[in-house]
Amino acid sequence: MSNGAGKILLDVRGLCASVAGVPILKGIDFTVRAGEVHAIMGPNGSGKSTFSKVLAGHPSYEVTGGTAVFDGVDLLELSAEERARSGFFLSFQYPVEVPGVANAQFLRLAYNTVLGGRGRDELDPLEFDDFVREKMKLLEMDPAFLDRSVNTGFSGGEKKRNEILQMALLEPKLAFLDETDSGLDIDALRIVAQGVNHLRSADNAVVLVTHYQRLLNYIVPDFVHVMDGGRLVKTGGRELALELEARGYDWIGKQAA
Amino acid sequence: MSAVLQNLIDQPYKHGFVTDIEADVVPKGLDESVIRLISHKKNEPDWLLEFRLAAYRHWLTMQEPTWPNVKYPPVDFQDISYYSAPKPKKMLASMDEVDPELLRTFEKLGVPMHEQAALAGVAVDVIFDSVSVATTYKKKLADVGVIFCSFSEAVHEHPELVRKYLGTVVPTSDNFYAALNSAVFTDGSFCFIPKGVKCPMELSTYFRINTQESGQFERTLIIAEEGASVSYLEGCTAPRFDTNQLHAAVVELVALDNASIKYSTVQNWYAGDENGVGGIYNFVTKRGLCKGVHSKISWTQVETGSAITWKYPSCVLLGDHSVGEFYSVALTNHMQQADTGTKMVHIGKNTRSTIISKGISAGRSNNSYRGLVKIGPKAEGARNFSQCDSMLIGETCGANTFPYIQVQNNTAKVEHEASTSKIGEDQLFYFASRGIDAEEAVSMIINGFVKDVFTQLPMEFAVEAGRLLGLKLEGSVG
Repeated sequence: MSNGAGKILLDVRGLCASVAGVPILKGIDFTVRAGEVHAIMGPNGSGKSTFSKVLAGHPSYEVTGGTAVFDGVDLLELSAEERARSGFFLSFQYPVEVPGVANAQFLRLAYNTVLGGRGRDELDPLEFDDFVREKMKLLEMDPAFLDRSVNTGFSGGEKKRNEILQMALLEPKLAFLDETDSGLDIDALRIVAQGVNHLRSADNAVVLVTHYQRLLNYIVPDFVHVMDGGRLVKTGGRELALELEARGYDWIGKQAA
Repeated sequence: MSAVLQNLIDQPYKHGFVTDIEADVVPKGLDESVIRLISHKKNEPDWLLEFRLAAYRHWLTMQEPTWPNVKYPPVDFQDISYYSAPKPKKMLASMDEVDPELLRTFEKLGVPMHEQAALAGVAVDVIFDSVSVATTYKKKLADVGVIFCSFSEAVHEHPELVRKYLGTVVPTSDNFYAALNSAVFTDGSFCFIPKGVKCPMELSTYFRINTQESGQFERTLIIAEEGASVSYLEGCTAPRFDTNQLHAAVVELVALDNASIKYSTVQNWYAGDENGVGGIYNFVTKRGLCKGVHSKISWTQVETGSAITWKYPSCVLLGDHSVGEFYSVALTNHMQQADTGTKMVHIGKNTRSTIISKGISAGRSNNSYRGLVKIGPKAEGARNFSQCDSMLIGETCGANTFPYIQVQNNTAKVEHEASTSKIGEDQLFYFASRGIDAEEAVSMIINGFVKDVFTQLPMEFAVEAGRLLGLKLEGSVG
């Protein structure tokens, strides 16, 4: 739990971004310290997913204003792969399928690239196999997933577990989990949440981007933010999520206006 | 399309240099006197001249095929020189007598012509423009009865074998380009594996077009007698010119009872520049006849070059229980066009065929798979499995699949699977978000895509082919 004393991992000021000329993010201020869990909630189309993609460096989005400093570095100056190597992680809402590429091969390349870059020894296929199997136990994943093509033919829940497995492998400083709860049944939700909780430490932080508060029963946030119209319009504690569930998003929009 | 993809595609062609060597070139144009001249230069027997003239006369009655899904201006067949040979051309007693300029050319291309420097266990026949300039390991092969030499040499040394099999798989009247080839072919490779012999090494032919205005018309004939087996590989490159050169080859394979022939191609003819200027027109007829029972012919092709590829390596499964296979990777980039595939013609009982085709399109290229599976009325229990997958890189390329299935026997089983996938921004972003850059991502995705075909290539060439695909696609993503 945060006591507000962790070092600042992410500091976003006045971030504006657009896609194909259409402004989506209209001035976001957002600060995350080590050890914290934040939840960003909001109605569909409010800009939640865009915010995580912009921070991860998706090429379709153009940053039109503001700053984002990640662990002391100007995040917006880095390419997407440099952001990942420096410890920023995005768990995708819809992970893409990559037919023909074995999951084990993909995971190992990601691990060797990201952690090799931080001075960790690169693992050969046999060493990696032992290593990844341990991590898979945490998420109750069948080792058969290693031989299947990346995300190909995976169910929604399997894809999400595969995302959290990547989080476990890459040991990010800051993980944005975009709608990780969507498509999960209640058992899968519990397992994924346990996995995320297990990975939390005083040195890292997690941002949950979610539409529903159900995930927050399992991963308890320190702060809940509401996004609407490309801005964070309200911030509160855990209780804000419960209020949102009871009252919906409409009253916030009215309040903010 | 993003700049990373674009950069990955824009890799320069590495074999585009021209060798400055004096050549004996016949004037442009084609008529009976040119054919007589070629035949005379090669000191051919009368029956072969007759074979050529019959083909030429039939060719005059034929039309260029227009059904392929490719577009190009009409070829002026009178504007091509039909014979070009590096001078001086004399009988070479050993590799040491090969013109050093030629040796340097092939060294630059990575083709070892000195036996001591050669890939362990690979014999090489080297064709430069119209003629074979060298064949390695002849002696060692002769010890086990294997004949591996240039086609011209075979005509003189083994006329009875050439005469017995030439034109039996691809008749002179088969199609427009096969007829043209039959009239004007100049050289090629000849392999004969006698009864019961497993060829002790890979056989390989390396084709090089050097002259700007010559066509290359080679003829390859491979015969595996009862119980014999052989693995054969061909590689091709050409210099970079801003005109188009015509390459119209014919390859015939014959497998007798229990024989097997594995034929692999890595085709990297010059493809033209990014605007489609120059490049080779690769109009090739390749066909294997599984004549005997339990015979097997397997084609593996990696097609990465040529401005236009028109090529359908096929199997005629005549012998009962014979097996035909076709494994193909065809990559097109920039303005390249490919219409390639196979024909599996099942005639005998319990014949089986497998088709695995992987098309990769990038740039503004167009890549078509065209395949025929034909099950004849007597092909009891015949079985075919076809899988045709296409991959698109970027937004401006095209992929098509034209499968034709004709079944005349109701005990046959024919399966066809097809898929189309795309390397797009989202896939690359997914890899990037895991720290993996676009080049590595594309290489991993492509290697995964072509895996089923590459495992069919002889080991050394699988590595080479993988590298080649990487080069061809460098800069295509972004």
